[in-house]
Amino acid sequence: MSQPSLFASVTWTVSRLTQHIRTLLESDVVLQDVWVQGEISNLGRPASGHIYFTLKDAGASLRGVMWKGDARRLTLPLQDGIEIEAHGHIGVYEPQGQYQFYADLIRPLGEGLLYQEFLRLKALLEAEGLFDPERKRPIPELPRLIGIVTSATGAALRDMLNTLRRRLPLVEVILAATPVQGVEAPPQLVIALAALNLFRPDVILLARGGGSIEDLWAFNDERVVRAVVASNVPVISGVGHETDFTLCDFAADLRAPTPTAAAELATPITITDLSAYLRGMKTRLAASTLSLLAAHQNGLAASAARLRFVSPLRRIQTDRQRLDDFARRELSALQHRLALDDSRLKGYERRLESLNPLAVLGRGYALVTRHADGKLVSQVGQVKAGDEIQIRVSDGAFDAAVLQDKES
Amino acid sequence: MSKTLSPKPVEELTYEEAFAELETIVDALEGDASQNPLEDAMSLFERGQALVKRCSELLDGAELKVRQLSGEELSEFEPEE
Repeated sequence: MSQPSLFASVTWTVSRLTQHIRTLLESDVVLQDVWVQGEISNLGRPASGHIYFTLKDAGASLRGVMWKGDARRLTLPLQDGIEIEAHGHIGVYEPQGQYQFYADLIRPLGEGLLYQEFLRLKALLEAEGLFDPERKRPIPELPRLIGIVTSATGAALRDMLNTLRRRLPLVEVILAATPVQGVEAPPQLVIALAALNLFRPDVILLARGGGSIEDLWAFNDERVVRAVVASNVPVISGVGHETDFTLCDFAADLRAPTPTAAAELATPITITDLSAYLRGMKTRLAASTLSLLAAHQNGLAASAARLRFVSPLRRIQTDRQRLDDFARRELSALQHRLALDDSRLKGYERRLESLNPLAVLGRGYALVTRHADGKLVSQVGQVKAGDEIQIRVSDGAFDAAVLQDKES
Repeated sequence: MSKTLSPKPVEELTYEEAFAELETIVDALEGDASQNPLEDAMSLFERGQALVKRCSELLDGAELKVRQLSGEELSEFEPEE
């Protein structure tokens, strides 16, 4: 180290030095008419109409501005991540001591490299079916435990917790805090998702506030996308702003435009709804019990009426009546039968009278039977000499003997 | 006793459990009156009232509980400013 010379030239002011640098740069022929190629990021379009951006590649970045007049002639819709070629010159913005690129023309140079990678990976994972709508699981209506994967320090976490506190303070939250940008973010996000899964929450919110496409890049990492797919628990993604789409959004069971919206989608039923349900249930409880009591009371009245109907006293009365009835009917049937029998008997008597063989004997006929067996003798062959016979006449019978056989 | 009655005291029920049981009880009470012996119905009603009270208390006293996972351990969450 040499000591500064006491006789050096005059000390310059910052302004003077900066002006000198500016003059140097602006007198360089190359720098005053140059095409530069790079990827746009940190795009800003304030109300002034000027456009501010950073051009970058793997090794360096360059601040750029395009004045309103030139910006009006732009045909290319500028957005972060796209690769462009721009024409312009290098100048110095003295208040900040910064050199920057003043673009007067911007044209596309294919799609940005990051965007190309995004598209390549998206096509790959899509072909694997990881983004299929059939894979999407329903989000539980009334979660008990919610897992959150995000940065412990970001506004995203605060927004989500406020939203949950407002909508459903009954819920429990487990936060798995991780970095959400930088090289260490993807593996940490993967670990956080897996660790939360062990607690079996009802749903996991994977969230990050807005930022440039580079800031959100961890959510396009293949490992993180696969961890979302592997989660046993439905995942709601809420990364960046409304217009940002990451591959995690495609893989998630539900995509929310912002972290706050993710917390809202995770709590479709709010505490206000629950209070209303509870009031309804309370009314139904009272009403159903009252109507049940009324029903029982009616039932009691009906039972009393039925009891009277089936009482034993009534049975006895009924039975007695039936018995009387029966007895009356039985008696008349008997009388009827007796009368019938009587007349039938008289008929028999008359018929018997007419058939009485003894009546014939009165006219001089006799009835001859064999003494031995009492058989009626109606032919001569039935007796032989010496047989004892009985002869019955009209007023009695006498015994006789056969004197002689006689051939018929 | 009716088999819809949970043996758990209402104070030990979570909101979901209490509300689900309340729903079952109201459904039973709204069902066929002949299915509900009066004594059972009155027990159901009393249990239902206790459940309503439990649910109201849980709603009124609800406070978002946040825990933080570090490694595999859970600890109370301290918001960083």
